[in-house]
Amino acid sequence: MLLQNIMKLLQKYGMNFLNGLGTTLLLALISVAIGCVIGAIVAILRLGKSKILKAIATVYTEVVRDTPLLLQLYFFYFLLPDIMPALKLSKFACITIALVFNSGAYMAEVFRSGIQSIDRGQTEAARSLGLSSRQTMTRIILPQAFKNVLPAMCNEFVAVTKETSLASTFYVGDLMTQYQTISGKTYLVIEPLIIIGIIYFIVTFSMSKFITVLERRLKSDD
Amino acid sequence: MTDFSNAPELIRVENLHKSFGSLHVLNGITDTIHKGEVVSLIGPSGSGKSTLLRCLNRLEEPTSGHIWFDGVDIADKSVNIDLHRQKMGMVFQHFNIFPHMSVIDNITLAPVLLKKASKDEAIAKAESLLARVGLSDKRDNKPSRLSGGQKQRLAIARALAMEPEVMLFDEPTSALDPEMVGEVLEIIKSLAKNNMTCVIVTHEMGFAREVCNRVLFMDEGIIMEQGDPHQVFDHPQNPRTQDFLSKVL
Repeated sequence: MLLQNIMKLLQKYGMNFLNGLGTTLLLALISVAIGCVIGAIVAILRLGKSKILKAIATVYTEVVRDTPLLLQLYFFYFLLPDIMPALKLSKFACITIALVFNSGAYMAEVFRSGIQSIDRGQTEAARSLGLSSRQTMTRIILPQAFKNVLPAMCNEFVAVTKETSLASTFYVGDLMTQYQTISGKTYLVIEPLIIIGIIYFIVTFSMSKFITVLERRLKSDD
Repeated sequence: MTDFSNAPELIRVENLHKSFGSLHVLNGITDTIHKGEVVSLIGPSGSGKSTLLRCLNRLEEPTSGHIWFDGVDIADKSVNIDLHRQKMGMVFQHFNIFPHMSVIDNITLAPVLLKKASKDEAIAKAESLLARVGLSDKRDNKPSRLSGGQKQRLAIARALAMEPEVMLFDEPTSALDPEMVGEVLEIIKSLAKNNMTCVIVTHEMGFAREVCNRVLFMDEGIIMEQGDPHQVFDHPQNPRTQDFLSKVL
């Protein structure tokens, strides 16, 4: 009976599930890609000399990491259209911005540990040659740090992929949203849940496996 | 021994102090290093010799005092130290080779980035430096494939690529396996022969005696004794020097 229902759901709503997966992956990809850039900048600020910028960067990462994501989603969902009505931001845009904001803070911590893991001697050697601190950062430290944090970045992607399910609160069309719609239409609860569970599992499990391979590759590269 | 007192001054250190918190590491160092001189800094660990060397290119910020290099007081915080560091090569105990770059890129990075040479000129120069340190066949390797001795020779080539006026060596052979010490010392020796000014923090007393023009013995953050290597090693005047040498020779 359960299996039959699942087959029926897949036949009838297969495209909806796929669309949901697409939106989920898109949300995760945008969050991590832009979050990565934000994270690198925030990490550099946190390790930099300017006390004010350091304080701002620290407050940002701590506030984001110490409040629930769902709260942040609500916050941006209501705040952004209010303070910037002219932009006419869509629901999807507000949620994406919230996810980027969230991911940036986590990526900042990933980058910070990556930068700090680079031996001090690297900086000293670069500076002794006459490189400025900026040149040392971009040519010597960041390329090495980036390589070190690549696996952690992929892990963040896996985490964000799962966290996007919270965005379904606002019906943005992700996988979890599809569940809610389909379940509402068919009065089936367990079957669509099993389907999206399997989809989530396949995607994140294969990404985790990919990370393991990546880590091994990076190690043998040294 | 050649007398360098008439050679032009390159670095003049005046009353240099350095403390880390309440720990006084340098307690008033004054010395002049002339062009072409090869000076070694010896002394027990914790005597401040590495700190002194690292103050010379301001990897450590001096607490007070002056460092005149080419007529400029580079201890002055308003000086753009990056420009002066280009003229001071440094070689570290742990090599500090850039692991994400090939051997040749390690050498060409700074000259190209700091516009000392075009890419082609830098590569040509790097190739001749690699030949000089015996690493021509490693040109395109990743540094992880090099032995410790090879890494240190690469580090010397990297520093030389900027055509420095002085080379600072911070215990260049302390992290090497014994069989690799010789190959690195040979290169430093050949630099010295070619009139490169060198300041070397070392525990290799035989090397200091053979290659250096002047030996500074440091303890407790001051220069306790200095002079011609034969004089310092064979007839040390200061009891601290005598005590130290009796332990290490």
